[in-house]
Amino acid sequence: MRPSPSRLLNILVPVKRAVDYAVKIRVNPQQTGIDTNVKHSMNPFDEIAVEEAVRLRERTDVSSIKLVTIGPPKSSETLRTGLAMGADAGIHVELPESAPAPEPLGVAKALRAVIERQKEPVDVVILGKQAIDDDAGQTGQMLAGLLGWSQATFASKVEIDSAGKEATVLREIDGGSEELKCKLPVIITTDLRLNEPRYASLPNIMKAKKKPIEKLTPSDLGVDLTPILQTLKVTEPPKRVGGGKVENVDELIAKLKEAGITAA
Amino acid sequence: MFSLRQVRPLVTRATRCAHTRVQHSDIDHFRQFLQPSSILSTLTDAAPADLEPFNNDWMGKYHGQATTVLKPRTTEEVAKIVSWCSQRRIPIVPQGGNTGLVGGSVPLRDELILSLANMNKVRSFDPVSGILVADAGCILQTLTDYVGPHNHIMPLDLGAKGSCHIGGNVATNAGGLRLLRYGSLHGSVLGLEVVLPDGQVLDQLTTLRKDNTGPRHFLPVHDTSPLERTLVFFKSLTIKPYSGYDLKQLFIGAEGTLGIITAVSILTPPSPQASNNVILALPHFDNVLPLYKTVKRDLSEILSAFEFIDRTAYNLAVKHGQGRALSDEEVEGAQCFVLVETSGGRRDHDEEKLNDLLEHLLSAEQPLITNGVLSQSPAQFSSLWALREGVTEAVSKEGKAYKYDISVPLSSFKIVVDKTREHLASKGLLHDKAVKHVLGYGHVGDGNLHLNIIADAYTQEIQDALEPFVYEIVASYRGSISAEHGIGAMKTHALPYSKNDVAIGLMKQIKQLLDPHGIMNPGKVLE
Ligand SMILES: Cc1cc2nc3c(=O)[nH]c(=O)nc-3n(C[C@H](O)[C@H](O)[C@H](O)COP(=O)(O)OP(=O)(O)OC[C@H]3O[C@@H](n4cnc5c(N)ncnc54)[C@H](O)[C@@H]3O)c2cc1C
Repeated sequence: MRPSPSRLLNILVPVKRAVDYAVKIRVNPQQTGIDTNVKHSMNPFDEIAVEEAVRLRERTDVSSIKLVTIGPPKSSETLRTGLAMGADAGIHVELPESAPAPEPLGVAKALRAVIERQKEPVDVVILGKQAIDDDAGQTGQMLAGLLGWSQATFASKVEIDSAGKEATVLREIDGGSEELKCKLPVIITTDLRLNEPRYASLPNIMKAKKKPIEKLTPSDLGVDLTPILQTLKVTEPPKRVGGGKVENVDELIAKLKEAGITAA
Repeated sequence: MFSLRQVRPLVTRATRCAHTRVQHSDIDHFRQFLQPSSILSTLTDAAPADLEPFNNDWMGKYHGQATTVLKPRTTEEVAKIVSWCSQRRIPIVPQGGNTGLVGGSVPLRDELILSLANMNKVRSFDPVSGILVADAGCILQTLTDYVGPHNHIMPLDLGAKGSCHIGGNVATNAGGLRLLRYGSLHGSVLGLEVVLPDGQVLDQLTTLRKDNTGPRHFLPVHDTSPLERTLVFFKSLTIKPYSGYDLKQLFIGAEGTLGIITAVSILTPPSPQASNNVILALPHFDNVLPLYKTVKRDLSEILSAFEFIDRTAYNLAVKHGQGRALSDEEVEGAQCFVLVETSGGRRDHDEEKLNDLLEHLLSAEQPLITNGVLSQSPAQFSSLWALREGVTEAVSKEGKAYKYDISVPLSSFKIVVDKTREHLASKGLLHDKAVKHVLGYGHVGDGNLHLNIIADAYTQEIQDALEPFVYEIVASYRGSISAEHGIGAMKTHALPYSKNDVAIGLMKQIKQLLDPHGIMNPGKVLE
């Protein structure tokens, strides 16, 4: 017998458009931020989150996988990428191109508002443990705090028992791993080893173009995304000084002595 | 046509017209002008193992017995070495990154190896004209990284880019993955500096560079405006530096038989602002040609590569972890794959074109493709390329490869691969302990097929089954036996299959003229 529809899980996956990790980051001349006129793609940890949601559908009873992104108009491309990987629908909380990047607390509040608007209650939120652009690593935890839900961070393995409404998550901790069991609804943040995201196939990319994307604004959600932190200055790390070559061992020893390094 | 027995010599015979081998006294001479670290010789203190990387080729197929490797740092040092060797009749093998696939870069016997590895400096780069002048020993990838921040790219790219030298590329007239877009080195190389077999330096770089000794720029960069510099540059292009015989062309593809290239001046194109790639899975080989036509029509100026990989090659690349691909179900039934790359100036424009093409391909009534994958990020872009570029490496991990790099009409790519496989099967040589795989991949845009036969070990029996068989099929399709890898030691005997008597006669005369003592890479290209 098919499980009754109320048992099916609704998964929400927040995704962020970030500077692609292969791009060499350059600080802007005003030292207020980085040059963003470069290739962007989905934050790699979020890609892992989308992949995990799609895989969960392959092994448990999932009713829907919805993506949500908060960002400028181009963020809709990030949604399309996730839809091509297998998500069903997207929500785009659109910010003007010129708006400052929202901070974790603002994002968490916006996500809470999105979750509260859903007709079908959200059971699982899977999101990246951090975004590789600002490396804040706070959104998942803040969201769990705001909602009062269970949280399992830095997940390297996820099992969900949809009937028992329970999640078992292996998380990466210093020097090993830890297994958690928690009640749904749950917030899970992904670590690198959780899975290896698939490449979207062409037929799926084409199908993704027809999947629905709902557009919202921060005011639709009743949230204010104005930053509350002030960035004083952004600078590049000090340049590494290159090594030199020596012709022979004697020269090496002389150089070492010069540098004050001697045999103990 | 030739009967094979007539044209086939002993493969390992080196032309040795009274050549001498390197002696201790020669090393003493080299010590007068070379730094100690530039001399590696078993006649003095080096262990034979130190010379192994120089004596053995990339495939582990050709093995030399050189006692001495010299690694000069300047053109002057190269000239002094060559002039000494010329007087002493010591044969020389010029060596770049030693990634050549036809045995050209290692000695046939105990020739002296002259490695360009220490000549690895960029001499000048003009970001306005894109002209790069570099020592021959610069690694291709290093040059790509050098010009990248100035928004230029090298006009060539190949799987060996992390090791091969620009000098080696020119010496083999390497084709590679960007040929479709930027043409051959015969066009993009603007000048060469070559040490001739008698030690003279043929400097064809000077016409492009204003000053040999001062700040190394062709054009004074500081005291002129960009406009002035651009004008001067265009003038320099239109006033041909050399009227008369275009001598540098002789050294492009000469595989070190006419002299040692010590520096290269090359025109680098501006980097495309947007690149995309896609791998397409095809149900039949027959679809490749119609697909090529469609892709050319729909993408026109942004098409920059169209590479073919047959199923066996694809499977091997996946097996040996050369990049990520589609899932097994997604490529079920695919007989071959094509990688298409676009490069253009505007991301939105290019993506729109590519998307239109893909939509058109997928929605066609009789689709030419069954599936595919479009890269979504630079990382995916690299990993799709790695699948194609990684084939060479995957092949070498799988076993011992017989490599034929041939040009045949596109429509016969598959027939050539199939016929070779059937032929080996008919000889009882197609099994785990003999030939494991026969596969094909290559640059469709250039009509260039890499036919690879992967064996458990190199054996005379397999060799005899393959040659002249392969050369004969190529000849029957009026193809060429060496599309881009060169002749080296591997194909000297087969040269008559794609060059006629007149051409070979002329080549021999040129060789005789430039290298009367036959000391430059003997036994390579010409017998
Ligand atoms: C993984 C892989 C992929 C490849 N892909 C391609 C490809 O797509 N297209 C293609 O065309 N080739 C390809 N090749 C083969 C190609 O010929 C070489 O990789 C490259 O061009 C040779 O450069 P090298 O510096 O390694 O030269 P070497 O292997 O050292 O030498 C090659 C020949 O050039 C001569 N030579 C080298 N340097 C000089 C010099 N400075 N002056 C005079 N003679 C010199 C040598 O004597 C020898 O005959 C590939 C090889 C590998 C291993």
